[in-house]
Amino acid sequence: MYIKKKCVAMLLAGGQGSRLYALTKNVAKPAVPYGGKYRLIDFPLSNCTNSGIDTVGVLTQYQPLVLNEYIGNGQPWDLDKLHGGVHILPPYESKAGASWYEGTANAIYQNMRFIERYDPEYVIVLGGDHIYKMDYSKMVDYHIENNADCTIAVIDVPKEEASRFGIMICDESNRVTDFVEKPKVPKSTLASMGIYVFSWDKLKKYLIENENDANEKRAKGEPWSKDFGKDIITSMLGDNQRLFAYEFEGYWKDVGTLDSLWEANMDLLSPSVPLDLYDPSWKIYSRNSNMPPQYIGNNANIENSMISEGSSIDGQVDFSIIFSGVTIEEGAKVNYSILMPGAVIKSGAVVEYAIVGEDSVIENGAKVGKSPEQVANRDDWGIAVVGHNVTVSEGKSVEPKEIIDENI
Amino acid sequence: MVVNYNVLGLIFASMHDTSVAELTKQRTMGSILFGGRYRLIDFPLSNMVNSGIAEVGVITKSNYGSLLDHLGSGREWDLSRKKGGLHLLPPYSQDGGIYRGRLDALSNVWSFIEHSTAKYVLLSDCDMVTTIDFNPVIEQHIESEADITVVYSKGLYDSEKNHSTNILELDGNRVKDVLVDPQLSGECNISLGMFVMSKEFLKKIVSESISRNQYSLIRDVLQAKKNEYKICGYEHKGYFSKIDSVLNFYNANLELLKTDKRNALFKKDFPVYTKIGDNGPTKYGLESNIKNSLIADGCIIEGTVENSVLFRGVKVGKGAVIKNSVILQSTEIGDECQIMSVITDKNVKISNRKVLTGSDTYPLFIGKNAQI
Repeated sequence: MYIKKKCVAMLLAGGQGSRLYALTKNVAKPAVPYGGKYRLIDFPLSNCTNSGIDTVGVLTQYQPLVLNEYIGNGQPWDLDKLHGGVHILPPYESKAGASWYEGTANAIYQNMRFIERYDPEYVIVLGGDHIYKMDYSKMVDYHIENNADCTIAVIDVPKEEASRFGIMICDESNRVTDFVEKPKVPKSTLASMGIYVFSWDKLKKYLIENENDANEKRAKGEPWSKDFGKDIITSMLGDNQRLFAYEFEGYWKDVGTLDSLWEANMDLLSPSVPLDLYDPSWKIYSRNSNMPPQYIGNNANIENSMISEGSSIDGQVDFSIIFSGVTIEEGAKVNYSILMPGAVIKSGAVVEYAIVGEDSVIENGAKVGKSPEQVANRDDWGIAVVGHNVTVSEGKSVEPKEIIDENI
Repeated sequence: MVVNYNVLGLIFASMHDTSVAELTKQRTMGSILFGGRYRLIDFPLSNMVNSGIAEVGVITKSNYGSLLDHLGSGREWDLSRKKGGLHLLPPYSQDGGIYRGRLDALSNVWSFIEHSTAKYVLLSDCDMVTTIDFNPVIEQHIESEADITVVYSKGLYDSEKNHSTNILELDGNRVKDVLVDPQLSGECNISLGMFVMSKEFLKKIVSESISRNQYSLIRDVLQAKKNEYKICGYEHKGYFSKIDSVLNFYNANLELLKTDKRNALFKKDFPVYTKIGDNGPTKYGLESNIKNSLIADGCIIEGTVENSVLFRGVKVGKGAVIKNSVILQSTEIGDECQIMSVITDKNVKISNRKVLTGSDTYPLFIGKNAQI
């Protein structure tokens, strides 16, 4: 017997994250390391727990091995529950045949039976690639107060950036009147955060409609899609359903690209960025590496950086995020960079404006990245990226904007 | 590693509490903080778990609130189990009151021990920081057909500096005598407070001793019956550190600043498990200056730290200087403080511009929750 849940969260974690290139070669995007000791999925999972939502389906498809192992039974997030808890939901074979997830709406459609077992009133749909702290229970309350069918979390973005997002146009009561994906001329600055609260009966109806509709189009050879923003939200608006925008204030960052992942890490070092990882009332939980404390050696020189357990630092570290188990030898320099778990920077190596993946080794005298000042033409500058388990040999260099995923 | 249901681990969480009275005022020996993020009981527990031992009883005495909080269901040591697992055994004495020695304590929890299907029992105290695989100890115990196997290490002993220490006199690996705090100094065979015996033999010595109103494993068995029983020593080669005074606690923490010592205690394939704090990474400010220090997660450091150990969640203000100190969990040190050779217990708050100075041979100890 299943105990009824007011609210079930569905976390879309199947995306390839192709714009993170080397970092998602063998790892699903939500398992990409962030912030010194976290992975991206720690944020939505911790938000769920802190919001009192204890039933979470994680929809996986692309390279799920690391993600599955990381989530395990959900214990680090308090999601190992007698009733509910976290469940990994990969695509499966049924009598009608097997099918990969064919879009975000289809992924939920294929798991309607999972949701139905808990007989929820509301379903929260979340992504796995955003950094933010949010109380989803307040958004559900807002959804109920408005007697809404769907509530979409939005954030006010600067006008010049609005054309990068899905933009909501609302009336004075925050009711959504129109939705445009990446408009050339934005009519509003309210960007969708990819966080939705649906009344389950409504979502179910639209998922089934979208599925049938898209399959019919496919049979006829017409273009089709099974996507939340493009199909479900658009259809609901077309039917004059009650869609509301829930305005979020606080830190929110999309980490869909290497640049934004790097920036989101650097944000942690800025005193003006309101993302507090030290608030005991809203902890961000993660799976612990069981390593001893970090050791800072006699030759170390550390400024404005974050460093995690198990690291051993004897070089120079400025404005950087250092994950667990990293080694920085004497004479090595690391500036404005992100070193993922287990990275080794040998003596005399220089790493600047770069991301170095898990367990990668930068040998003596190798160079990764350059500061913008060192590049004559600013258009040639960008962060340098070394993927996971890659060695950069002695004397080799990785130029700005370069991405490597094999030993050089 | 294979799960070993044939050995039951028993940890005495409160043995020798009085030798570090300052630190055990509000806790047991087992819950003394150590090495930046651990408590002493993490070492015997992790050693047992890493050796495949799947069932562990923890015998407590008094002040065990912090210990219960730390251990919980034993999940963090992988001991929240249906088969085996962690069992907390609070104090209880047949004749009321608190037990007096190991044998008294064992007698009181005998129904738990009896219930276990294990053939062998491994007893361990909590005051020894070391990394040890118990499998070879148990193998030697079985092969040598000993009644009791005592784990020891060769190390420097000084009666002026060490307390509640048992020294073994050996002939080959046979224990000829056990000396308690003898008046001598030099290299000795120091007992690590870990003993292996069969459950059947343990049952015999417990019931024989209790019927004679004897309760000390060392005095009434190891010393009194040294000729009657076959008592063997097992030499553990590797790092060990005995926490038997506040000064030794201070030195043992600072000793972890030496890379060879740290690597000998913390081995990659032999993790030391502890309760997770879910702290953020440690944040170093623009004017921080750190040399030769061991620092746990969740600290925010804006000053200078040298030759020190900082536990989880310590805050160091701007312009503050900390040298040769052991700063326990959640201590807050204000701007421009000067802290030299100091131990601060948990949650100490030191306001701006305070100067606290101890000596390397007599560190200044600041008690739990103190505000300065």
